[in-house]
Amino acid sequence: MNIDKFKPAIVYAIYIASTPEKVWEALTTAEFSKKYFSALAVEAELKVGGAFIARAPDGSVHISGEVIECNPPRRLTITWNVNWPALVEKLGVTLVTYEIEPAGDAVRLTLTQAHDRPIDDDILSGGRQGWPAILSSLKSLLETGQALVIKMAPPQRMLEALKRLGIGTP
Amino acid sequence: MSKPEFVYVIYIASTPEKIFKALTDANMSEQYWDGNRVVSDWKIGGPFALELKRQDKHVTGKVLEFDPPRRLAYTFHPRHDGMEAEPPSRVTFELEQQKDQVRLTIVHDGFEPGSRALEGISRGWPFVLSSLKSYLEAGKVLHAPWYDTESAQRGAA
Repeated sequence: MNIDKFKPAIVYAIYIASTPEKVWEALTTAEFSKKYFSALAVEAELKVGGAFIARAPDGSVHISGEVIECNPPRRLTITWNVNWPALVEKLGVTLVTYEIEPAGDAVRLTLTQAHDRPIDDDILSGGRQGWPAILSSLKSLLETGQALVIKMAPPQRMLEALKRLGIGTP
Repeated sequence: MSKPEFVYVIYIASTPEKIFKALTDANMSEQYWDGNRVVSDWKIGGPFALELKRQDKHVTGKVLEFDPPRRLAYTFHPRHDGMEAEPPSRVTFELEQQKDQVRLTIVHDGFEPGSRALEGISRGWPFVLSSLKSYLEAGKVLHAPWYDTESAQRGAA
């Protein structure tokens, strides 16, 4: 897979009063992800080619992918495929990169979601709505010990656009 | 083609009232905005200024909307580093109360293509609003790393 073909579609930066190591841990372990990431448990084999899974509380796999780049605690790139029928076939692979840079005493975490083809804004609206909520919650968890519980309405625009493409959604 | 803009959303465990206050209070902004102060009486049509204390520079503007604790808007005209030649842009904050947190949205628009100001604020707002969040949630403030580089460069000059 040629990652140079992928162009950023969503970029979100947030500054966190924590260490790169702690932010890396929060992004890659179930102990943290279950608290800020919609109750999903992240299971990551942290090496190039390793499996990356986000598992729902009922044990089913919600997101599955592969580690493409792994430079702890600075950079992690994974293929990020939501487990809905025909999603990858119709939209191609989704690439997610977490970049962690020191910023004074804090850390700048930059999330980039990239695709190898133009993706409709209606479909991107899901991620544009979701990522700020997930990463705001991660920041609160690391800084205060409490994640945010953000109840979001299902991203209707995105779900309807996916349905029109023949992608099965819950 | 629509004009360039910067949009950012962040969720803060606080109240709209506290966040709105922090966005409009000179002493509070000096804390989380790394020494910069927002200065205004917040009368519609009246002046707004962002005093960049550390660097002895400033941003001027005009108050467009003041609707606590839901909406705040002002024009934004940096008066430094050649950006005074660009027309003023516009900042709009929207605060939405949710159950245990507030969704804070900023839309900073009205830029001409190729605007240098857009580049600067795109880097700055995630920092300022992250610091505001830390300030209200954790009693911590953040320090902008680029000020150190710029001071060091000036010191070396």
